[in-house]
Amino acid sequence: MSIDREIMMDMYFYMQRIRRFEETAEELYKRGVVVGLLHLYIGEEAVATGACLALQKDDYITSTHRGHGHLIAKGGDLKKLLAELCGKATGYCQGKGGSMHAADLSLGILGANGIVGGGFGIATGAALSAKKRQSGQIVACFFGDGAANQGILMESLNLAAIWKLPLIYMCENNTFGEYSRFDEATVSDKPIGERAAAFGLPSSKIDGNDVIAVYECVQQAAARARAGKGPTFIEACTYRFRGHHMGDVGTARGYRTKEEMDERWHHEPVGSFRKLLLEKNILEEPDLTIIDQQIEKDIQEAVDFVNSSPAADASKIAEDIYA
Amino acid sequence: MPEMRELTILEAIKEALDEELARDPAVFLMGEDVGRAGGVFMVTEGLQQKYGKDRVMDTPISEAIIAGTGVGAAMTGMRPVVEIMFCDFMTLAMDQVVNQAAKMHYMTGGQVKVPLVIRTAGGAGRAAAAQHSQSLHAWFAHIPGLKVVLPSTPYDAKGLLKSAIRDDNPVIYFEDKMSYKVKGPVPVGEYTIPLGVADIKRNGTDVTLIATSSMVQVAEKAADLLGEDKISAELIDPRCLRPLDKGTILDSVKKTGRAVVIDEGYLSYGTTAEIAALISDEAFDYLDAPVKRIGGMDVPIPMTPVLETVTIPNEVQVVQTVKGLFGRRYPNE
Repeated sequence: MSIDREIMMDMYFYMQRIRRFEETAEELYKRGVVVGLLHLYIGEEAVATGACLALQKDDYITSTHRGHGHLIAKGGDLKKLLAELCGKATGYCQGKGGSMHAADLSLGILGANGIVGGGFGIATGAALSAKKRQSGQIVACFFGDGAANQGILMESLNLAAIWKLPLIYMCENNTFGEYSRFDEATVSDKPIGERAAAFGLPSSKIDGNDVIAVYECVQQAAARARAGKGPTFIEACTYRFRGHHMGDVGTARGYRTKEEMDERWHHEPVGSFRKLLLEKNILEEPDLTIIDQQIEKDIQEAVDFVNSSPAADASKIAEDIYA
Repeated sequence: MPEMRELTILEAIKEALDEELARDPAVFLMGEDVGRAGGVFMVTEGLQQKYGKDRVMDTPISEAIIAGTGVGAAMTGMRPVVEIMFCDFMTLAMDQVVNQAAKMHYMTGGQVKVPLVIRTAGGAGRAAAAQHSQSLHAWFAHIPGLKVVLPSTPYDAKGLLKSAIRDDNPVIYFEDKMSYKVKGPVPVGEYTIPLGVADIKRNGTDVTLIATSSMVQVAEKAADLLGEDKISAELIDPRCLRPLDKGTILDSVKKTGRAVVIDEGYLSYGTTAEIAALISDEAFDYLDAPVKRIGGMDVPIPMTPVLETVTIPNEVQVVQTVKGLFGRRYPNE
């Protein structure tokens, strides 16, 4: 492993930060504090973390309805994110967007999106913009295996290929599109990336629970994009441990079994990585405890921030319809 | 007075694009065959030769990603002017326009701006049948967050397009394909027309005609005919459906007491209904007759001109409708 210890620490920090944020959001949802639709990223932390750590601060990302992990991994503010989920005036979008529309333009986060595949156009345009402005920025477009079946992906792949756009298609195959299994809804005997390969893009299928594998793969894609060589497609395979949204509990919808979930949990990315760091003597237990404590402190501050924040301001309901 | 010359609407649009490309390096054009071929209607002819392939970009036939790329580029510092060849093809780009462009500023609490212009051509009259002839502007005017512009003269076409390009919001700019050759005076040099300000095309006292896009010419002809019968028609062109200049429309109706709204979009659930409702809501006490609406016939637009013509509102319909508001009989009726 040739990755710096510092980066390994960051990997653990962001993965655990996402995990704990999601667990906190889940808890607050059950108490009625978080409102609206909530799609949790638990189990998929390695994808956002590995990918965003391989990006520069001013690079762009587009995200999905399951987007908290992407925003946090890109450096987003837990306070503003949690406040947004709770419909507070202090949230990222003043309570007008919620979980599915959290954005932070100052960090290149061009927004989560409520439309499956809604980021393809924005990512393609941001990549064109970066190229036109010769800014050196690149774009990572996160989307799921479900979004891979939206037609606009093909339009985007073709355009990005002919214009050699600095774009990384980051497909998170989390095994489920809403209540349907990947292998029932999607041609699964071939990697999804073969669709991109047909347009001449390099494509790879990797273990999305292996944060190092994701990081290294995205690093290569980023170097290629920055060198003006065009887009890359990555399919990172992972597993969604929570329902499609909070209303989809356990195995009630019939698309998976308890046994499958239990088996998969042995490979969940955060615990696996923690174990690896200890086994390889990269970090000691006290190092990890310090990180854990920092995260708990940040989470508590976010919860306190929400508790002391005013609700969205009804007098501003008609503000920001137009710029 | 600035020096004036006659331009067609097509020339006025091209001049606006040319001037904005020259003025602001963030502006670029993108669309199917807008570059080397000069656009299917020749609106962008010569601009790629002048500004290069990076500023005037030919795209694949992929309306969704054309619009979507416009949204993403607009969110990140550019001012794209995207062409969707026929407004009928906007259906293919609907998610990008309605769910992404229109809502991005609001959904993100004002963080993100989308200074995007989508130029698209509407209107029947070319025997182009049901998928190349519609006037779908009302769909977009329905959506908060979009601006919708419908020029009817060369002067308006240029000044409104320049404002649209400089606006920080997504603007859908509808060009009437039968009006590209309409001529009119355009001043030499720089000017803009603010979005959301109606224009009184003709002053009158007896009836207010509110007409959009191609229907402004129809209403002009109708006003001439009505004048022969001593009916003085005032003609208002809203020029933008969103934002809509309610004040100019209402002031005129309060003066004349009668209103006929004319728009080429389908009659049902459309522009005419919205403006008629506005008048009924806010000027009811001033009305001497019911507000009348004339729109495109509720039928998939047929190809052959024999049938197609029947679907498009004309000046005879306008004249008959106006006369019906006066309760008089006319010798030629």
